Amino acid sequence: MPSESVPVQHAATTVDEVCDVLRAASSAGRTVLPVGNRSTVDWLPGPDTDEVLSLRGLDGVLEHSAGDLVVHVQAGTLLSDLQAAVAGAGQHLALSAPVDGVTVGGLLAGDLSGPGRYLYGTVRDLVIGTTSVRSDGAVTHSGGKVVKNVAGYDLGKLYTGSRGTLGVITDAWFRLHPLPESTRWVVADGLDAEGAGRAFAAVRSSQTAPTAIEVRSSGDGYQVAVQVDGVAAGIETRAGLVATLTGGTATDAEPAGWGTWPDEPVLLAVTHSPAALTDVLSALTGTTVTGSAVGVLRVGCDLDRASDVLAAARAVAARHHGTATVLRAPAGHDLDVRGPGDPALLTLMRRVKDEFDPTHTLAPGRLLGDI
Amino acid sequence: MDSAVLAPPVPAAQLAHRFAEQLAPGSIITDPTRLSTYQCDGLAHYRVTPAVVVLPQTAAQVQHVVRVCHELGVPFVARGSGTGLSGGALPHADGVLVVTSQMRRILEVDVANELAVVEPGVINLDVTKAAAVQGWYFAPDPSSQQVCSVGGNVAENSGGAHCLKYGFTTNHVLGVEVVTPDGELVTFGGRTRDTPGYDLLGAFVGSEGTLGITTKVVVRLLRKPETVQTLLAGFRSTDAAGAAVSAIIGSGVVPAAIELMDALAIEAAEAATHCGYPDGAGAVLVVELDGPVAEVEHTFAAVQQHCRDNGSFEIRVAADDAQRALIWKGRKSAFAAVGRISPDYIVQDGVIPRTKLAEVLSAMGELADAAGVRVANVFHAGDGNLHPLVLFDDGVEGEAQRAEEVSGGILDLCLSHGGSITGEHGVGSDKAKHMPKMFTEDDLDTMQRVRCAFDPKGLSNPGKVFPTPRLCGEVPGRRTEAHPLVQAGLADAF
Repeated sequence: MPSESVPVQHAATTVDEVCDVLRAASSAGRTVLPVGNRSTVDWLPGPDTDEVLSLRGLDGVLEHSAGDLVVHVQAGTLLSDLQAAVAGAGQHLALSAPVDGVTVGGLLAGDLSGPGRYLYGTVRDLVIGTTSVRSDGAVTHSGGKVVKNVAGYDLGKLYTGSRGTLGVITDAWFRLHPLPESTRWVVADGLDAEGAGRAFAAVRSSQTAPTAIEVRSSGDGYQVAVQVDGVAAGIETRAGLVATLTGGTATDAEPAGWGTWPDEPVLLAVTHSPAALTDVLSALTGTTVTGSAVGVLRVGCDLDRASDVLAAARAVAARHHGTATVLRAPAGHDLDVRGPGDPALLTLMRRVKDEFDPTHTLAPGRLLGDI
Repeated sequence: MDSAVLAPPVPAAQLAHRFAEQLAPGSIITDPTRLSTYQCDGLAHYRVTPAVVVLPQTAAQVQHVVRVCHELGVPFVARGSGTGLSGGALPHADGVLVVTSQMRRILEVDVANELAVVEPGVINLDVTKAAAVQGWYFAPDPSSQQVCSVGGNVAENSGGAHCLKYGFTTNHVLGVEVVTPDGELVTFGGRTRDTPGYDLLGAFVGSEGTLGITTKVVVRLLRKPETVQTLLAGFRSTDAAGAAVSAIIGSGVVPAAIELMDALAIEAAEAATHCGYPDGAGAVLVVELDGPVAEVEHTFAAVQQHCRDNGSFEIRVAADDAQRALIWKGRKSAFAAVGRISPDYIVQDGVIPRTKLAEVLSAMGELADAAGVRVANVFHAGDGNLHPLVLFDDGVEGEAQRAEEVSGGILDLCLSHGGSITGEHGVGSDKAKHMPKMFTEDDLDTMQRVRCAFDPKGLSNPGKVFPTPRLCGEVPGRRTEAHPLVQAGLADAF
C-alpha cells in the first residue's frame, strides 16, 4: 500500500547494496522505486512507494573493449559520460537521449529513443547483456559481452521499457559503433503535412542511406531534417541527393531542437505505419510534434486539450495499425493512459510481472498504469 | 509444469481423432513409416519419433492443435523446414510435431511501410525474392537461407553473414502472431514499432519454440544498397587473416560481412563447388561492403590496403553478380562440403570477443591435435561467431567420442574468453547441458520465470534450452535439494 510518509531514501554504490535493499523491502512487504538521475521520474509516476533506491552511485564504465566495439557500464552512469568515455576510441553508443541528464539505466528502463533509431534501432537493439537484481535480491545476468549470442532468453529486451517493474538493472553491455568521419544535415522548412509525408517517403525509398530522419512542427508548418553520415569523399553527393529529394538545404549545423521531444505538460507516444505520416499529422494539427521516420511520433499539448488530442490520436493511429499512449501528464489528470489493449496480452504481461516480482515490490503502477 | 505432463501418454489415435475436428485427414500423420521422416532436424544424431505429426494450414488449425494438447497435457514441438542445427525441433516421443511447412504464403509485401507479412513456413530467401522486384530485401541470411523457414529464423534468432552490419533476426522482426501454449492467439509487436508494455516480442524471438508457435511474422524490409562490392583475399595463415579483420574493424569500417575460412574449410569447399579460391591459401577472407557508391568505393580501397598490409598475397574483386555468387557459394556450401573430406563431422557454434580470435584458434588447434581429430574453421569473423567443424570417422573406435569431447572443449574455450555457447544455431537439445556453464542457477531461474508466465504446464517444446525445468508455481527462491524431476528419475541435472 502507498505510504503517506516520506519514502525512505537509499543510495546504492554497489550491487550488494541493491540486493540488501530489495531483499529487506520484499520481505517486509514494502515497495521500492529504482531511480537514476530522475530525468523521467515524474512521468506518470504511479502510486508513491515506501522506499526510493538511487542507482546514481553505480557510476562508471567497467570495461570498454574498443577492438570488440562493446562497452560494459554501470546503470547510474550518465549517457553523456559514457559517450565521452568511448569517444576517445572513435566510437559511440548510437543513441541519443531526448531529455537531459539521463543515465544508462534510465535509458533502458524508459526505452527512450532519438532520431538515430532510423539506422541503429533503439536501446533494445543495442543492449547485448544485462545484470539485474530481482526483488528477492537474486543477482541475475542475461546476454553477455559478445555481440552475437542466442543462448537463453533475451531478457535485456524484456527489461527495456519495463520502467523498473521487473528488476533493478545494475549494469549492461552495449554494442558500439564507429563515429562517422563526417556528418551533414539537410533541412527542409515550411512544409505542410503532405509535403512532410512526401519528403519522408522520398528519402526512405532512396538509396542515400541516411542515419536519421526527423519531422517536427515549427512556427511555419513542419520541418523535415535528415542526417547523413559517412566518409568525407561521398557525403556531399549524398547530402545533395537528399536536398533534391526533400527540397531542403544541406548544412554542417545540427538543426535547432534536433532529437528533443516536445516540452509540453502532456506528452503522447503515437505510432503508425510510416507511410501514413501525412494523415497522422493532419489529425494532430495544432499540437507540438517530433517524430523519427519509423512511424513513431511524440506529441505535446496542454492538459486542457489533452483529452481531445488523445482521442484524435487514437482514432488516426487505429486506422494505421498504431497506438496512442500517454508518456507524461500533470498530476491529477484523468486521461486514459493506455487505451484499449488486447486483454490476452495484458494477462501475459501480468503473468510476467508476477513471476519476476511476486511480491510486487518494484515500481508498482509504472507500466501501463496498473502493472 | 503440473502433473499433466507426467501423466501417461495420450494415445496417438485419440489425438488424431481430436485433431480431425479441424484438420483434414491428410494433414494428420500417425503412420510409423511416415512419422520416421520427422525424427530429427538438421542435427541428425538426435532422433525421436513423435506420436503424431500435424501439418496445419491456418493459424486456427494451429490453435486447435495446441488447445487439444493443453487440455490433455500433451507436449508439442513446432518445426519449419527442419534445418536447425541444435535439435531445437527434435520431436517429443509422446507429443505432437506441428510442422508449418504448409503455411508458406507471403501475405503482403508493403515497401511503402518497409515490411512484409509472411506465414512461418515461408522460405527465408523467398522473402527477398518477393521484395527484390521493388528494390527491397530481407537482411537475415543464414547459410541455409534457400531452404530454412522464417518461422525457424524467429525461433532460433538465426542470423547469417550480414548480422555484423545489419543486426540479427530479432532486429528485423516487427511482429509475430503466436499461438501461446494455452491456446490463445496473440500478437507481439505488430506492423508498427514501440508497442506499449513489456517487449514480449523481444523475449519471444530466439526462445526456440518454448513460448508458443508462430503463425505469422511481420518482417522489416531494407532498401537494397546502391552498390555492393565483394572481395576474396588469400592469406598464408588464419593469424594473418585475423589481423586483417582487426585492422578493418579498428579503422572504423563496418563491412556488410567478413567471413573467414581456414585451409581445411577451403579444401572442403573446393572439393564440393570448385570455387577456385587462391592456391596455397592457409586462410581466405570474404569481405563485402555495401551502401552508396562513393562510400563503398572509398572504403573498399581501404579494406584492400588493410588486407595487403596484413599479408594477403592475392585479392580478387568480384566484377559482377556471377563472380560474387561464386565467392559466396564456396563460403555458404562449406558446412555441407565438409562431408567430402570427412565421413562424419560436428558443426559447432560458439562466440568469442573478436579480439580473442588468434588466441582461441590456437588453443582450439592444440585441443584437436591432442585428441587426434581435425577441426575445419569457417566463420563470421567480424562478430566472433565461430563455426568449427570437428571432423571424425564414426567407423574408427573412440573417434566419435573424442570429437564430441573436442566439440565441448571448444565451447569451454569460448566461455573462458568471455563468449557464448551459441551465436545463431540455438541451444536446443544439443547444448542445454552447457547452459549452467554460462549462466548461474539464478540466471536460469529468471529465464524460467518467463517460461512459466507463458507456459505453466511446460508443454511447448519441453526439454529444450534448459537442462532442468523449474517447476512453475513453486515458491520462488533457491532450491536446497534435488529437483523433483531428478528425484523421480525423469530428468538429469547437468
